[in-house]
Amino acid sequence: MSNNKTKASGGIFEKFNNLTDTNLLLTITVVIFFLMYIGAIIFQGGGFLKPQGFFNLLNANAALIVLACGLSIVMITGGIDISVGGVTALVSMCCAVYLDYKGGNVFVSVLVALAIGLAFGAFQGLLVAYLDIQPFIVTLAGMFFARGMTTIVNTKPFNVANEAFTKLKMTRVIIPGMGSANRKGEYIDAYVEIGVIVAILVVIALFCLLRWTKLGRSLYAVGGNRQSALMLGINVKRTRFLSHVLCGLLAGIGGYVYFLHVGSGSPSHALGAEMDAIASSIIGGTMLTGGVGNIAGTFFGVMSLGTIQNIVSQAGLGEAWWIGITRALMLCLFLVIQSIVMVRKKKS
Amino acid sequence: MQKNEVKKPNESMVSRMVRHQMFIPVLALVILAVFNLVTDPSFFKITVGQNSSGNMVLQGFLISILNDGSELAILAIGMTLVTAASGGQDISVGAAVAIAGSVLLRILGGGNSRPEELAAPIIVAFLVSCLVAMLFGAFNGVLVAYFKIQPMIATLILYTAGRSIAAWINNNELPVITDPSLGYYGGYIPGVPIPTPFFIAALCVAIIFLVLKFTNLGLYTQSVGINENSAKLNGLNPQVIKVITYVIMGLCVAVVGLIKVSRIQTINYSTIAKDIEMDAILAVALGGNALSGGKFNMAASIFGAYVIQFLTSTLYKFKVSSDALPAYKAVVVIVLVVISAPTVKEWFGKMTKKFKVKEVA
Repeated sequence: MSNNKTKASGGIFEKFNNLTDTNLLLTITVVIFFLMYIGAIIFQGGGFLKPQGFFNLLNANAALIVLACGLSIVMITGGIDISVGGVTALVSMCCAVYLDYKGGNVFVSVLVALAIGLAFGAFQGLLVAYLDIQPFIVTLAGMFFARGMTTIVNTKPFNVANEAFTKLKMTRVIIPGMGSANRKGEYIDAYVEIGVIVAILVVIALFCLLRWTKLGRSLYAVGGNRQSALMLGINVKRTRFLSHVLCGLLAGIGGYVYFLHVGSGSPSHALGAEMDAIASSIIGGTMLTGGVGNIAGTFFGVMSLGTIQNIVSQAGLGEAWWIGITRALMLCLFLVIQSIVMVRKKKS
Repeated sequence: MQKNEVKKPNESMVSRMVRHQMFIPVLALVILAVFNLVTDPSFFKITVGQNSSGNMVLQGFLISILNDGSELAILAIGMTLVTAASGGQDISVGAAVAIAGSVLLRILGGGNSRPEELAAPIIVAFLVSCLVAMLFGAFNGVLVAYFKIQPMIATLILYTAGRSIAAWINNNELPVITDPSLGYYGGYIPGVPIPTPFFIAALCVAIIFLVLKFTNLGLYTQSVGINENSAKLNGLNPQVIKVITYVIMGLCVAVVGLIKVSRIQTINYSTIAKDIEMDAILAVALGGNALSGGKFNMAASIFGAYVIQFLTSTLYKFKVSSDALPAYKAVVVIVLVVISAPTVKEWFGKMTKKFKVKEVA
């Protein structure tokens, strides 16, 4: 982390050089997201013109935001967690089975979700931090386990028919002043789902955690250089453990948000969500080498991925493969930009 | 980690054996074999029977393990090299297999999804798919070597796009090749009782061992993996070597693509070679190779691949559904990595020492 704020800031380029890695990558992401969204509004119109278009983007990606936040934390610490997609599926399935078959109440189902997430996080954290096993292998096993358990709990996808849950699922938070008239001329309020509120709260809480708490700063220190973090007196093992616990907890929350959005349990839920979450984190400026990253960036990373998907489907490139290819191109673009910027900075 | 091969004179045979890299995979294999022997000895029976196309072929669980494990063993070769040189894993191999298979079918079918006859000889189609797979490998390699992107993230690009590209190559059609000669590579050559994939895998293994023996590939990849800077100071070009390993990975992918397509004579873009990258990485890890790069043991990786297939077949035999399979696999993986974790090993070492002291007293 080259933080040379002591330099007198001169022109724009000088300022650019004075940014920390984290802020530099964040700036790139935010600028590209806004350029893309404004470009879409100007050239494509359609759904992008209405504020509800933006809120739908949030509704569809709330769970991914939470999952990606968890991954950012682990990645900032220099680890990786690829079990979050599996945990999401497991959480949806367990909650669905509990609510449907046992007629349980919603509050307990939330606890179930959190408990599953925490259990995964704690166990994986234990193996990674205290037994010093590679996080990739541990969480790979976690992913296998969660996916397998999902089918063991129930093999068939099914919808939940629980009154209290449906009520919660259908709850809409109205955003005043953002509505628009539909084709018949009726005014329709803009809304977001409960999950979006949860996701935004998570983003704010984690942003504060990373910026202003001791734990947050330790996460960066451990990710940046484990050896010097140890010499600074940071409990490296405990920090890594906590990063995985946090990620697990967020996978539980994200899983429930996902469940709230789709309202069903299925073994094929959230397939590949871990890779989407990692991609969003990277687009948001988190580096897998650790020590660099920002939760706000992650938020914009998820939104960028969602926006590009909307642009592609609105452009009439109906074939499913275009979404995959454009997302990959975007990821590629960001990675190359990051790499070039970092190399330049190191040289200057 | 496990490379502590300095032999202390007073070390017992047992502790030397435990420290050996092959210990974990061999132990896993022995446990699995004993487990199968106890529950159902017919697991090891090999019979000669007629298959659907009327050939006399060997049948039995062991044969099917050798048959089905071929793809994994071939990919483990490439994955070991990639891991050793770049200190990371290629997670795009499943998607790349889809691309290679798609190219193969596209050329064999000549753009026709139900061709009456092959539009090109299989060898030509295979060579073109090799070329394409190697190009994609080189793409990964360049991102890793020259742009200094972590391998897992660099290959995430192809992982995201691969299956889409594969569908795009064939216009989202699923060409079916009815010509029986394509089936030889994933099935049986008439008159030969042993499945062809086994021969292909054996050939690949033989080639890589010859290459490792007679060229400096092994030495160079290891030195780049252990310390890139000192490799550079010694006159190696780390970037080129990394790209080469990814290109070799591409070659392995093309071979697997041929086998996979040949098995079903068609392709399914979303399921072909699904999750095979995870199994290939597991094979490397199970073989006791450090996933952070550096020294590697090719034989251990290949052995690890067959152990994983052994486990898969055992689970299938116990009527575990293919969807629930990962859960059991995960438990085995966790047990294995915990046993081989350095901290746990140390702890075991202390325990055995205490035990010995008591014995002497």
